[in-house]
Amino acid sequence: MSFISYLINGISLGSVYAIIALGYTMVYGIAKMLNFAHGDVIMIGGYVVLVAMTSMGMPSIAAVLLAVVVCTLLGVVIERVAYKPLRNASSNLAVLITAIGVSYLLQNIALLLFGANTKSFTSVVTIPALKLAGGQLIISGETIVTIITCIIIMVALMLFIKKTKAGQAMLAVSEDKGAALLMGINVNGTIALTFAIGSGLAAIAGVLLCSAYPSLTPYTGAMPGIKAFVAAVFGGIGSIPGAFIGGILLGIIEILGKAYISSQLADAIVFAVLIIVLLVKPTGIMGKNIQEKV
Amino acid sequence: MKNFKKAASLLLASALMVTSFAACGDKASDSSAEGEATASEDTFKIGGIGPITGAAAVYGKAVENGAKLAVDEINAEGGINGKQIEFKFEDDEHDAEKSVNAYNTLKDWGMQMLLGSVTSNPCIAVAEETKNDNMFQLTPSGTAVECVQYENAFRVCFSDPTQGTECAKYISENGLATKVAVIYDSSDVYSSGIYEAFAAEAKNDGIEIVSAEAFTADSNKDFSVQIQKAKDAGAELVFLPFYYTEASLVLQQAAGMNYSPIFFGCDGMDGILDVEGFDASYADNLMFLSPFTPTSTDEAIQTFVTSFKDAYGETPNQFAADAYDGIYAIKAAAEKAELTPDMSVSDMCDAMKTAMTEISIDGVTAKGLTWDASGEPSKAPMVVKIANGDYAVVE
Repeated sequence: MSFISYLINGISLGSVYAIIALGYTMVYGIAKMLNFAHGDVIMIGGYVVLVAMTSMGMPSIAAVLLAVVVCTLLGVVIERVAYKPLRNASSNLAVLITAIGVSYLLQNIALLLFGANTKSFTSVVTIPALKLAGGQLIISGETIVTIITCIIIMVALMLFIKKTKAGQAMLAVSEDKGAALLMGINVNGTIALTFAIGSGLAAIAGVLLCSAYPSLTPYTGAMPGIKAFVAAVFGGIGSIPGAFIGGILLGIIEILGKAYISSQLADAIVFAVLIIVLLVKPTGIMGKNIQEKV
Repeated sequence: MKNFKKAASLLLASALMVTSFAACGDKASDSSAEGEATASEDTFKIGGIGPITGAAAVYGKAVENGAKLAVDEINAEGGINGKQIEFKFEDDEHDAEKSVNAYNTLKDWGMQMLLGSVTSNPCIAVAEETKNDNMFQLTPSGTAVECVQYENAFRVCFSDPTQGTECAKYISENGLATKVAVIYDSSDVYSSGIYEAFAAEAKNDGIEIVSAEAFTADSNKDFSVQIQKAKDAGAELVFLPFYYTEASLVLQQAAGMNYSPIFFGCDGMDGILDVEGFDASYADNLMFLSPFTPTSTDEAIQTFVTSFKDAYGETPNQFAADAYDGIYAIKAAAEKAELTPDMSVSDMCDAMKTAMTEISIDGVTAKGLTWDASGEPSKAPMVVKIANGDYAVVE
């Protein structure tokens, strides 16, 4: 019985990683850059919802929509100001370091605006927990909502990329920026759109993260951001279903490792599994192996 | 154009050299002036180090405010031995390296005694420096054993092992539970230090530790496994030796899992009701060891709480109280040792070392607070229980 309960806890932790990983993998897949500030956009989304709900008394749905709008704008601004000027820089490292810088900037701004004090987040999920086997197994409402949201977003993103013109443009940009430009695709616009969508998803991830684990500090996004990045690599970075599978698996491995091997080694186990997976399949579980033609 | 550039760069280079020479000269004259200044200085210069930005900013800010309040009060009443105190606080962001940098900055400023560092790891790093310089150091809240391992360092708070031992004793003496589960932060010296001492003392007190599970700073959101294990092991009490940020999550997740043992914490639990938006009903019946309770009816504590609120608009926490007592302890010891500001840092330290063991102060964290040569304070522990959304001292 406790195994099933650990499994459920693993899925619920994994669903949070998965939803963050979706944003990571999307931006990487199209802009080919690791947006280390993604975790901090999530944190900003959490604060927006918190402020909207507690200080402005907005209903939860409106607060979440506001957070999506704010984070989308934030994502576009960050891309325009910090990443775009460096897109043609000689080294890819430049933009990576800038992303780390943006991450610290966001953390420090949040520290300035909201202070270092931990704030408790009121869950926006009102669905009651699902009780199975006479109350022995409990699946929280947050877990159910997170998984459903995750699947909806995943399907919507895949449809968007396959069926719309903008989605096709994204695919083209991800495969070859230069060729896409020659075909008349607005590369800068497409990348900006990617950041807009990725950051909007970050807002939703932030709300769900803070609903599941209701404590909010300016550093809330940092560690889940890194874990979700691992999940994205695990599932195959750039692959949208990969992010989902990677996230869920990472959550399950973390919880089961904690439960049956050692609670002190939980993270070490997670990363050991990651290394093994990458050794066997360097592109991750769902990653495509694209051969470079000379 | 090329020639112009060459000329310009030559000009710039020579200008740079001149200024750097000038800077050297300045420095030389500065330091000599400073040397004289220290000798004829008419104020005590006390430095403070702690995190006022970063994740632990709450603690550093509280210490800075508590210490400033005490300094202002002392100065208003004529200072130490008739000399005023100058207090300067430097940020270390809860980082050992930055703490040492802050220490050096304060030394350049002319610091004679140190109140700090606020958090354990930085404090251990700074303790090495103060030992080399033989500077008197009093940490208000560095709880790790190593913080006061040298003769020149003292502390106001309990050490980690003392807290663990006191908690185990309290639980067994009051018959709270015999089967106890522990959840602790293995990446934090504070938490693991308390846990180790607790486990050692529990054996002597007939407490059985049925499950001991760790978490780390990198995975401090999900506690479902640790709670599940405590529940499966049938623990009547769960001991939580860590900070309230994580504890608030543990309490909420335990409630979500229909598990309600007695929860027992340490001083890090203080402040849990101040977490904005936290539903206090989760913390009902939570007990913890605390050196300071702002709601106490004690007159000295009430005066302190009122003036702190007037000055900073918030209720002081134990860090502020520790710092406040720390400054008063420095005052008491300095008066005992008859310090004068013109003494050298090292002479001051030697005099303070002896004087600290001879004083007894009635502070806001304890009555009859005394120290021994090991640097540890001697005071009675106090247990606080949360009931109906408020802290209440358990008699």
